[in-house]
Amino acid sequence: MTDIAATAAPLTETTTLPARLAKGFVSRLVIIIPYLWLLFFFLIPFIIVFKISLSQTAISMPPYTPVLDFSDGISGFFAGFRELNFDNYTWLTQDALYFNAYVTSLIIAAISTILTLIVGYPIAYGMARAPATIRPTLLMLVILPFWTSFLIRVYAWIGILKPEGLLNQLLMSLHIISQPLVILNTYTAIFIGIVYSYLPFMVLPLYSSLEKMDYSLVEAAEDLGCPPIGAFWKITFPLSLPGVVAGCLLVFIPAVGEFVIPDLLGGSQTLMIGKTLWNEFFSNRDWPVSSAVAVILLLVLTIPIMFFQQAQAKAQEQGR
Amino acid sequence: MNSTWSRFNITSIVLGFAFLYLPIVLLIVFSFNESKLVTVWGGFSTKWYVSLFHNQGLMDATWVTARVGVISATVATVLGTLAAITLTRYTRFRGRVLFSGMVFAPLVMPEVITGLSLLLLFVAVGLDRGFFTVTLAHITFTMCFVAVVVQSRLVSFDRSLEEAAMDLGAPPVKTFFQITLPVILPAIISGWMLAFTLSLDDLVIASFTSGPGATTLPMKIYSQVRLGVTPEINAACTILIAVVAIGVIIASIANKRREIQRQLDEQAAQRG
Repeated sequence: MTDIAATAAPLTETTTLPARLAKGFVSRLVIIIPYLWLLFFFLIPFIIVFKISLSQTAISMPPYTPVLDFSDGISGFFAGFRELNFDNYTWLTQDALYFNAYVTSLIIAAISTILTLIVGYPIAYGMARAPATIRPTLLMLVILPFWTSFLIRVYAWIGILKPEGLLNQLLMSLHIISQPLVILNTYTAIFIGIVYSYLPFMVLPLYSSLEKMDYSLVEAAEDLGCPPIGAFWKITFPLSLPGVVAGCLLVFIPAVGEFVIPDLLGGSQTLMIGKTLWNEFFSNRDWPVSSAVAVILLLVLTIPIMFFQQAQAKAQEQGR
Repeated sequence: MNSTWSRFNITSIVLGFAFLYLPIVLLIVFSFNESKLVTVWGGFSTKWYVSLFHNQGLMDATWVTARVGVISATVATVLGTLAAITLTRYTRFRGRVLFSGMVFAPLVMPEVITGLSLLLLFVAVGLDRGFFTVTLAHITFTMCFVAVVVQSRLVSFDRSLEEAAMDLGAPPVKTFFQITLPVILPAIISGWMLAFTLSLDDLVIASFTSGPGATTLPMKIYSQVRLGVTPEINAACTILIAVVAIGVIIASIANKRREIQRQLDEQAAQRG
């Protein structure tokens, strides 16, 4: 504190013109630097993706024909509009593979989100009701797996779910099953992988809304003769709804475009859009088609992403 | 509160944590397996760790990953902190809605889209793919996570401290470095660690934006996993987990110490 006292100067100093200009300059810089960075590395790339999705595949490097190129000047740019082709999009609608991949991804993400909610809710509820002294430890234990690599956590399940893996060994030694279960390379494995990987994303928002809740409301309901389950559905669940919405969005949106889990646990038979985009890009080297796949995936996700942003903005308002 | 409920609570927590931790524990246990088969126990051995250190490709990838992680996390922390300040302090400027959208959207954006779009940008501006492009990509997607972490601290920050400093004549920049920064420092540190681990962890974005000579560890692990599960990968994963776990534990101990120190200071201030 002595430092500040030492620098205490007459108040007029900050109101002199150079100081005010400096302040304006600094605050403008604070805004401009991250703004420009995100504009250049986040927004502009999407515009490029859209542009390339309208071009055609070519055997060259980069493997697509140029469209809307400024190298011909403004008139060339506008002339380019006539050459735009939506072939890639028509191709995507004609080939049932892509449509199925989108629908399957949405269904898988929706089912896994519900499963994650069912698994995550009791954990979050148990944490919120735990003695206040051990809550920080429990919270830390939920966050810790999030710090370990996603790839590693998905990889760990391969050894468990394999036909000769640990789960089958256990079940067979307990004589519950006589034939090994085929779980790896099925949709079941994808569900397990998504629930496992995204569980902290669900538990954390649920916990933060359940922790803030006033439990005397539940007690009051029970005192008045409401059975515990009724009290849960009438009081606890509605009050935790913001956490439910936030958790579901945090699981659903990334799960739709998930690549690692369907690729490693789902095998070649399962179809998801993130995997399709990856194969289109890395195996077929078809940049325009993979761009078109990305554009449609983005359009599909626009509505949930806008919901997410709104929820974030609301949380920000409440925090203030 | 009757006892059946709390028993239900304890059971759900125990089962939940078993689900979260069992796969990781099994992975670590089988990295010490003598047998080449990952799922059949053949006795204790550390031979996979020895062979790991003789795997030149893996060692190179580790070095690339560490450098990308440190550089990108550091730049992302600076940019993310600036973004957080912008979001909390400047409530009115042109394009604020767009700005907050650009900060929050990457948090949930599927990695395949981010990776593809950044790659196409690098091709469009003629940047050769490699170490530099991976680093730029990692800065971009991790800075948003830093921004969210720092922002949550800034929101709960008592602004009267800043006002007091400025009333006493400290210029804004000095106020920031002497008052604001020390208060939000824990959030900045955890933001850096989050950015570092996200960079360490990333497979998809790195695969799109990397080029020859800049293979990161997740890319290496991924290409080996596709060929089959081996105890050597288990060993590599165990080391990664250990590094991250030690880092997180040190950070939380340091945080706790600072918290205790702060409480002691406050008590002293009240007494004196």
